[in-house]
Amino acid sequence: MHDFTPLSGLAGGALIGLAAALLMLLTGRIAGVTGIVGGLLQRDTADRAWRIAFIAGLIAAPLIAALFGAPLPRPAMNASLAVIAIAGLLVGFGTRMGNGCTSGHGVCGFARLSGRSIVATFIFMTAAIVTVAIVRHGIGG
Amino acid sequence: MPVLASFVCGLIFGAGLLISGMTDPQKVLGFLDLFGAWDATLAFVMAGAVAVAATGFAIARQRTAPAFSARFLWPDPNDIDAPLVGGAILFGIGWGLAGICPGPALVNLAGLSLPIVVFVVAMLAGMIGQNLFGKNPWRRRMLAPSAVETASLPSRADG
Repeated sequence: MHDFTPLSGLAGGALIGLAAALLMLLTGRIAGVTGIVGGLLQRDTADRAWRIAFIAGLIAAPLIAALFGAPLPRPAMNASLAVIAIAGLLVGFGTRMGNGCTSGHGVCGFARLSGRSIVATFIFMTAAIVTVAIVRHGIGG
Repeated sequence: MPVLASFVCGLIFGAGLLISGMTDPQKVLGFLDLFGAWDATLAFVMAGAVAVAATGFAIARQRTAPAFSARFLWPDPNDIDAPLVGGAILFGIGWGLAGICPGPALVNLAGLSLPIVVFVVAMLAGMIGQNLFGKNPWRRRMLAPSAVETASLPSRADG
């Protein structure tokens, strides 16, 4: 079982919030990963450069950490590849349909006190908790 | 400059995800598993992120324009509609199955492990599928004549 790590959680969270604040203050954009990636995958998107740059930054973070000795992230995943593929499809389709994920609705939406984002976050959290309860404990549903 | 700023923001965002432990699906699932050995860390990550972001947004609200572009693109949709609810449910199920959401998926891509590559390819396919076939009134407004908008909608999505 994993340990509860509130301090590194708060510190990492603060950095996530800082990135969201800076992206708005510097470029006027919302730091929602779904919107940034999804917009890149749309034919009629004109502003691709900043989107690619943000995604490159996300991927560069662990690479730079690796230069200082941190291991590259290769997380253990219990689900089979088939389940992981289904999960990926659901995450991609669902976040695009609902216009946001944990970053756009969860962090930025809560920070803006957007009712829409707060409702979305409550719903996807609940759906995820119910899913985990069913998968791990066979309860709910 | 906006592109460099965007890269740096992505870098800080990725560092935050790594430090917080949210790139580890087991840690995320530990939070989502209310009936197991519950790990409350994710709530602290959210609290830290929302507090700092809200402060930054409050500063932005007092300014007329961002440093490197013409204007702030605040999301403007405020309706709680069927795509929002349905999309959040689908996303939540996928998140609960794998313990990964889009940000951590991309950070983890640096390690090129097979499960992550499978997840990211599927996620991108899901996004493309939704872009092509799905309904999203905030991106496709043609059916709502009352809402004549001049701004490009994709950039004003919630996230």
